[in-house]
Amino acid sequence: MNEQLAFTIEVFLNGLMAGVLYALVALGFVLIYKASGIFNYAQGVMALFAAMTLVGIQNGQVPFAHLINAIFGTDVHKFGWHVHSFAAILLTVIVMIALAWMVQQFVFKHLVGQEPIILFMATIGLAYFLEGVADLMWGSELKALNVCASEGNCLPQGMNVWLEGTTYEALGYGFFIDNLDIVASIVAAVLVAGLVIFAQYTKQGRAMRAVADDHQAALSVGVSLNFIWVLVWSLAGFVALVAGIMWGAKSGVQFSLSLIALKALPVLMLGGFTSIPGAIIGGLIIGVGEKLFEFLIGAPFLGGATENWFAYMLALVFLVFRPQGLFGEKIIERV
Amino acid sequence: MKYKLGTMAVAGLMAASPVMADLVFPSLSYRTGPYAAGGIPFADGYADYFTLLNERDGGIGGVMTRVLECETAYNTEKGVECYEATKGEGALVYQPLSTGITYQLIPKATADDIPIHSMGYGRTSAANGDVFSHVFNYPANYWNGASAAINHILETNGGDINGKKIALVYHNSAYGKEPIRTLEELSKKHGFELVTLAVDHPGQEQKSQWLQIRRERPDNVIMYGWGVMNQVAIQEAANIRFPMENFIGIWWSGAEIDVTSAGDAANGYKALALTAVGNDFPLFDDIQKYVVDAGKAAGAGDQIGTVPYNRGIYAAMLAQLAVEKAQEIHGVADITSGMMRDGMEALSVTEARMAELGLPSFGPAFDVSCANHGGEGMVAVTQWDASAGQFVKIADFAPTDMDVIGPLIAEDSAAYAAENNIEGNCG
Repeated sequence: MNEQLAFTIEVFLNGLMAGVLYALVALGFVLIYKASGIFNYAQGVMALFAAMTLVGIQNGQVPFAHLINAIFGTDVHKFGWHVHSFAAILLTVIVMIALAWMVQQFVFKHLVGQEPIILFMATIGLAYFLEGVADLMWGSELKALNVCASEGNCLPQGMNVWLEGTTYEALGYGFFIDNLDIVASIVAAVLVAGLVIFAQYTKQGRAMRAVADDHQAALSVGVSLNFIWVLVWSLAGFVALVAGIMWGAKSGVQFSLSLIALKALPVLMLGGFTSIPGAIIGGLIIGVGEKLFEFLIGAPFLGGATENWFAYMLALVFLVFRPQGLFGEKIIERV
Repeated sequence: MKYKLGTMAVAGLMAASPVMADLVFPSLSYRTGPYAAGGIPFADGYADYFTLLNERDGGIGGVMTRVLECETAYNTEKGVECYEATKGEGALVYQPLSTGITYQLIPKATADDIPIHSMGYGRTSAANGDVFSHVFNYPANYWNGASAAINHILETNGGDINGKKIALVYHNSAYGKEPIRTLEELSKKHGFELVTLAVDHPGQEQKSQWLQIRRERPDNVIMYGWGVMNQVAIQEAANIRFPMENFIGIWWSGAEIDVTSAGDAANGYKALALTAVGNDFPLFDDIQKYVVDAGKAAGAGDQIGTVPYNRGIYAAMLAQLAVEKAQEIHGVADITSGMMRDGMEALSVTEARMAELGLPSFGPAFDVSCANHGGEGMVAVTQWDASAGQFVKIADFAPTDMDVIGPLIAEDSAAYAAENNIEGNCG
């Protein structure tokens, strides 16, 4: 196989994988925006908070240890046990549900009917508050994240040797794909399928869609807005946990994890703020687009590091021609 | 009434006077934000050292020290605010801990007669004391780092790297671009091919760069990274099975936090170092006894001996030596920031003095002068031993190529002098 073509295909495949990771973050934004019209600035911090909580629970860390020690003069840091990954994930989901309830109860319940910009501002406040709470609760140090089914059977990292060997034998060039990216793709596919099934075939899912379509109409048929919004924030919290696990496994869990939200914005601009398939397709287009641009033009001619701005430029071009995004709801202004 | 006012004034003076008698060391720390993981241990080390001096020795020259911590979150604007808020407290020297903050503080601190110590970061050409009267960047700067990395690659290749391909993976910022010019000069001198790969902030996604490295197959990779970029780069290098022993990072890419998330795959990764590694030094016994066991440690005590903690210790030790020198020069114990600057400029760090302080061979021995604020640019090399969970020093502090770096410093500082109408401080 022609070497340049092989490189291009490899970049394309890795772009798809990167796109899946971007889409994982974007999904959380879409869920909340679709159901409540809130652009959740705190989604990245929620991923950070979820990942920190998961690692903290896994390692038996005492939450708010520094605060407890400072107030009571104690010296406690760890419980001395290690929680199995699956149990820790379950406990983290419970924490995220509790967080969703608190966010609804103490913040958004009081802002019903406010302008979208006010709700957006509230999520900015929430983001910084949550970051501070995460710091107090689990500390600022970097934590290695390992999700394991059993001893030595953890999330895989590194090159997929089988794929490399097979493509080398078949095409004369061994493609590189990261095992973690393959897992992330499978997880994302299961997650999206699960969300779609939940939305289409469960009572709560249908209620969620009803609220997304028309709050007033949903209220009139007895749907509890309060419950649905807690449900939506919980789902967004769960998606944030999945994104936090995948990104945290790459880089360790640390405060810069919240910056992954920056990767989701062009995906949302492109895919639309209200479409789950849009988040996935948008993620894939951004992932492939930025990687191919970097490979074909950015690195050879522009000095590299073009991915960040190119993703936004690509999204901007889509925005100019289709402001609602590829899969967003049509904007209809009635005169 | 007059009596009452007089009493209040005297009481005010009495309350103020102990503050004036302290040796004040502001600590522009970043315990929050995306870079907190690296900022906390440094701040702890810096604070713990001065606590030790107070508890064990009663300060420096009989005057107690006081660390004035101000949180910057590694944000330049906050750093400048911290400077403005603390300089009136009698600040002796600033460690800005950020190249961005350093650039902002250079003119301010110079005007305020307060020295800056930007150890291994900041404006590299500040090593020229003739132009930068109040900025010191000993014991080494970014360009020394680039040269040290090439020297190490030379050493591992029998002194010949002609025709080799060396890639620089760098943080796409002013900091990350610092070594490019030096490496270009060194590539001409030694005949290697230089490939540069920029990584955008924060560096969480580096697939493109590492696929390019996989395609280009460089013999060695040098990294000028920071924060999450380091962890991701080391993981990606492991993913493409790049040999870790051929991967070397600057000291800002060489802490335990940079390698731990990659686990065993990071074994063999190398990093340049400004200080020795580990806690096997007599001083650490004193820190345990007088600071940690006494419940006076700045942190939880779990960072002691890590690379950034040791760097904090080292920065504080150099500040102590400069204070001692200033006290000796001016004959007063309670020195001012101007006197501190004089002490820094006359600093002589000897092996004997480091051993006396309980830190034998903790850093290089070097001298500072009016013309040379950067020391001799001596750098060590460490390597990560994943099974032991620690960096191990594999090459001692060695000189860098000042034949290449010297002219670059002269050129850059001359441009700064021309822009700012500086005629020269050293006569």
